[in-house]
Amino acid sequence: MIFLTMKVAKQTFKFFVLISMLFASTFAMADTPINKDGDDGGQVDTKKEVEDYILHHIQDSHDFSLFSYTSDAGERKHFGFPLPVIVWSSNGLVSFMSSEFHHNDDGSVIVEKNGVKLVKSHSKILELDAGASAVSYDAEHHATNAHRVWDFSITKSVFGVLVIGLLMLFWFSGLARQYKKKQIPTGFGRVLEPLVLYVRDEIARPNIGEKHYRRFTGYLLTVFFFIWILNLLGLTPFGFNVTGQLAVTACLAIFTLVIYTVSGNKDYWMHILWMPGVPYLIRPVLAIIELAGALVIKPFSLLVRLFANISAGHIVVMSLIAIMFTLKESLGVVGATGLSLVLSFFITLIEVLVAFLQAYIFTMLSALFIGMAVAEHEHH
Amino acid sequence: MDKLLNDFSPGLFVVQTILLLLLILLMVKFAWKPIMNSLNEREEGIQDALDSAEKAKLEMQNLQADNQKLLNDARAEREAMLKEAREIKNSMIEGAKEEAQTQANKMIAQAQEAIESEKKSAMAELKSHVAGLSVDIAEKVVRQELSNKDKQLALVESLLGEAKLN
Repeated sequence: MIFLTMKVAKQTFKFFVLISMLFASTFAMADTPINKDGDDGGQVDTKKEVEDYILHHIQDSHDFSLFSYTSDAGERKHFGFPLPVIVWSSNGLVSFMSSEFHHNDDGSVIVEKNGVKLVKSHSKILELDAGASAVSYDAEHHATNAHRVWDFSITKSVFGVLVIGLLMLFWFSGLARQYKKKQIPTGFGRVLEPLVLYVRDEIARPNIGEKHYRRFTGYLLTVFFFIWILNLLGLTPFGFNVTGQLAVTACLAIFTLVIYTVSGNKDYWMHILWMPGVPYLIRPVLAIIELAGALVIKPFSLLVRLFANISAGHIVVMSLIAIMFTLKESLGVVGATGLSLVLSFFITLIEVLVAFLQAYIFTMLSALFIGMAVAEHEHH
Repeated sequence: MDKLLNDFSPGLFVVQTILLLLLILLMVKFAWKPIMNSLNEREEGIQDALDSAEKAKLEMQNLQADNQKLLNDARAEREAMLKEAREIKNSMIEGAKEEAQTQANKMIAQAQEAIESEKKSAMAELKSHVAGLSVDIAEKVVRQELSNKDKQLALVESLLGEAKLN
């Protein structure tokens, strides 16, 4: 657990560099201001910077960066690797490595490919309108002479999905292979088997019913492990925030929506569109409510719950770590660091629980919705 | 809300949809199907084993019940045999007793008969003996009486008198 907390504390190495610098500055050069020549974007020590940093982390990213620091020569060094940028611009498909943006995120570095000028601004790829040579922003910081493009890049989230997908395939096909040779799996398979049984016996079977659960177990298992592992991955210093991306949770929710809409039986649709047992006048009103519930509210609750929980978790953990800097003035270095460590430690413990809980809830509710759609009612 | 929508990346959505679909299909094909089949097979195997164990237990119970029944039968038979033997013994004793009784009765009767006849013969002997004795005594008395002449005459007189009367 301490290991995990440390991991989170290391969300980026920057913080550690900063801590050492803080101590150094406190003890060695107590009266020397830390930033003499302006902020180079590497140090995150004011409230505004902390906020920006957290919001930046919550977003998807086109690079895979582990940490960055400023070298003695005053140059920003980034550790990590670039990921491919693939966008559908007005001139067709364009792809290049994200390193061409040189870690710039404010739209000032322009990459020209296939006759289109692309910039990256707040983790988004924008295409400059014809004739423009630099992005200009309005008062609300919206680009006025650039528009968003379809961004199919292998972003950090996509990278995470790919890694976890391959990992899951590797683990579970390994487990599947083990059964060919022996009845009881050994090694890591022994860890996975009870989890698979748990999803099947505690989520799929009771919610969908003995008759139909087999058809949906594959989906539920995939979604459960996908969300859970990605949630846990989000707690590591790699700083993935895949399940905190609206696009990802929306996709998951829509899968569930499609599955229970497609597999809904006659009873299910009758209960939605022409509710039996209520006065005829109320039935159309009920149909509207039921339709909205089935097609909008259910998936929306799924996607928002997962997104909000995971994003909030990331924000809280990082905010608590940031106490180190934000409360340094009032509590002193040791006090602020200690408080930050204790609080972030316990919140991280809770986040480990939340990681499982959200995967469980998503899968459980999906199973429940599917179960409602395939349930066979006795006609009264 | 505006910021949330701004953060929503349609490209990521598309990529994620494709990847998730692919992942589900691959996982179902290479992992979940074989795992589920194996688990079901194993569970059925366990269920079968349990069922057959239950069956064996029942059979065992039946067998035990049979054994018990046999044992009970044997015990009852033994009881019956013992009872019969006892009865035979009793009846034999009874028979022997009766026979002994009749035999004894018979012997007693014979003895009594013998005693009776002995008694009779003894009586007869006694009688004859008594008669002899009486004659002797009478002889002696008469001789005594007749030593005197008068008395002889008197007697002859009385005897003659008696004879006359006859």
